[in-house]
Amino acid sequence: MKTSLYINLQRKIIFIVLLVSFAPLILLGGTIYYQFARMYKNKIEEQIKYRARAQAEAVDMFLKERIALLSTAAHTHSFSDITNERELSRILSIMNSKGGAFVDLGVITNNGQQVAYVGPYDLLGLSYYEQPWFGEVMSKGVYISDVYFGYRQLPHFIIAVLRQERQPVWIMRATIDPDLFGAMVRSAQVGKTGDAYIINKAGVYQTRPRFGGKILSNSGLNTSLFGGGTTIIEQKSGEDKELLYAGSWLKTPRWLLVISQEVAEEMEGLLATRNMEIAIIVFGLLAIILTIVLTTRLFVKRLRESDAKMNEMNAQLMHLDKLAALGKMGASVAHEINNPLVVVMQKIGWMEDLLDEEDPQKSKNLEEYRKTINKIDYHLERIRKVVHNMLGYARKMEPRLENVDVNETLNQTIDLLENYARINNIDIQTDLAPGVPIIANDQAQLQQVFLNLISNAIDAINKDGLIEIKSRKIDTHIAVTVSDDGPGIPRDRQGKVFEPFFTTKDTEKGTGLGLWVSYDIIKKMGGTITVESAEGEGTTFTVQIPIVLPQKE
Amino acid sequence: MELFSVLVVDDEEDFVETLVNRLKKRTIDAVGVSSGERALELMGKREFDVVILDIKMPGGMDGIEALREMKKVQPLAEVVLLTGHASVETSIEGMKIGAFDYVLKPIKLEELFPKLAQAFEKKDAHDQKIRSAKIKESLRYW
Repeated sequence: MKTSLYINLQRKIIFIVLLVSFAPLILLGGTIYYQFARMYKNKIEEQIKYRARAQAEAVDMFLKERIALLSTAAHTHSFSDITNERELSRILSIMNSKGGAFVDLGVITNNGQQVAYVGPYDLLGLSYYEQPWFGEVMSKGVYISDVYFGYRQLPHFIIAVLRQERQPVWIMRATIDPDLFGAMVRSAQVGKTGDAYIINKAGVYQTRPRFGGKILSNSGLNTSLFGGGTTIIEQKSGEDKELLYAGSWLKTPRWLLVISQEVAEEMEGLLATRNMEIAIIVFGLLAIILTIVLTTRLFVKRLRESDAKMNEMNAQLMHLDKLAALGKMGASVAHEINNPLVVVMQKIGWMEDLLDEEDPQKSKNLEEYRKTINKIDYHLERIRKVVHNMLGYARKMEPRLENVDVNETLNQTIDLLENYARINNIDIQTDLAPGVPIIANDQAQLQQVFLNLISNAIDAINKDGLIEIKSRKIDTHIAVTVSDDGPGIPRDRQGKVFEPFFTTKDTEKGTGLGLWVSYDIIKKMGGTITVESAEGEGTTFTVQIPIVLPQKE
Repeated sequence: MELFSVLVVDDEEDFVETLVNRLKKRTIDAVGVSSGERALELMGKREFDVVILDIKMPGGMDGIEALREMKKVQPLAEVVLLTGHASVETSIEGMKIGAFDYVLKPIKLEELFPKLAQAFEKKDAHDQKIRSAKIKESLRYW
């Protein structure tokens, strides 16, 4: 019952303290992690965006250069020069020697006929009139196609420029090496999961991606999600992996350069940080739990101990109150008994007197009467003794104050009992401190207490033993101890010695009131009287009398 | 022939009656009354050697007051005070104003009797002194 109360308290404290200390820690950890993750992600996005933009610029630059090269070649040669196959071949090799990436070169007349061609394929004489790009280049002057299969049945794209200085106009067309171009785009890919490729407006791969598809297959990306400049989107890939895409539109063709990265890979550093943070928090929480549980346990244990002490003190106080109440009740009962006792004793005496007048011959129960009266007399005497003691001791309500030398009072008391002790071969030794001050007290009552204690000690020893009497000044009290080497008092009875009618002596010798009365007297003086006893070793009574100095006369 | 005369004064009538009976049985001329007023009234009429006076009688004249009056009426009568535990101080005061002694209630006759005898002896000695003084006095004018 009581134990569960403490366990409950312990639980409550632990719960509340844990809650209070966990909540901010976890909140703080969570917030920091969240903020950090956001910053980290921003940074990664920035990076990937930057890479996309840079790569887009590079590709743009590359394409511009190709156009410039092509355009220069076209404008620096006459139609007859350039349709000369050897001359065209020379031009291709010069362009390629300056980082060209041109696969072939062709000259097409304004009616779509390819009139000159150098390159690995047999395309001479083909008509491009029907090809959509032909119209485009004729109207715009410069054209870059999407990747397509064309006549050669291989994915490629072309750049075409229109030479229009003199009539008739003609077109110079070059095929860009798709592998070279693809490799250049792919150079922007990073890490294990990074990818870089180009898609057209319809989302079709214009260069071969590292993962997830062939050239000219659909990337699955919705290009309308990408706005001007560089845009970041996050999307699930086919394998259920979160991917980050950064897209940057190229200037010349409407192509989108895409750099993608698996979020998980990018977040690896963050994950490590998060794990570290979790580890630190978990460790902190464990330390907190351990500390709280231990300190709470200690605290509750202390509380329990002090409660127990308090209870004990309360029990003692209640005991003292009980003694005081018993004292008052005892005195009033004794008083009430005393009055009829006075009469009864005289009546019995009178009967005894009258029996003498009876004729032994005529009264057959005379002897019986006499015996009975004697018995009544004997027991009345016992009552009288008890009442006498109770009334006699509890009599004085206000002690008379006089100058009392405690040591002197002890000596006088010992004198009174010395004979009695000597008969029983008991030695009384005294150790009285010389500095004990004269106090204002009631000498007769004090003597009564000492008398009770010392005669009890003598009775406890019975025969052959030692009584030690000490007096000491301790702070504001005078302490008098009376120790005997008698049989001691059993533990369970020590609490009862100050109760009225508690006695170990036979009824002839003691009424059980001596210690009770002594207790009462000392209590009225504002002092204490305590007992300490070990069975088989003896008993020590300690009286503490407050030092009240006499008023100077 | 009675040994001496005793007046018992106590508000407990049963006690007075019994004690008087027991004293009479011991050839003592004992009379009992239950209040200080009656005692004084009676002492105005006749002489007593010893008075047993309860010091505490509720209602009416208080023991000490009665004692003072008695000493006025019969200065030679010796008074033994009966006292309860609560009034030992009063008894001591009583002895200061002329009571012979005090006994604690309850008391056995065996203990009370010697006290009465002593009181009578004192009174008797006193009486004899007075008597012999009177004789001497009368002899002087012989």
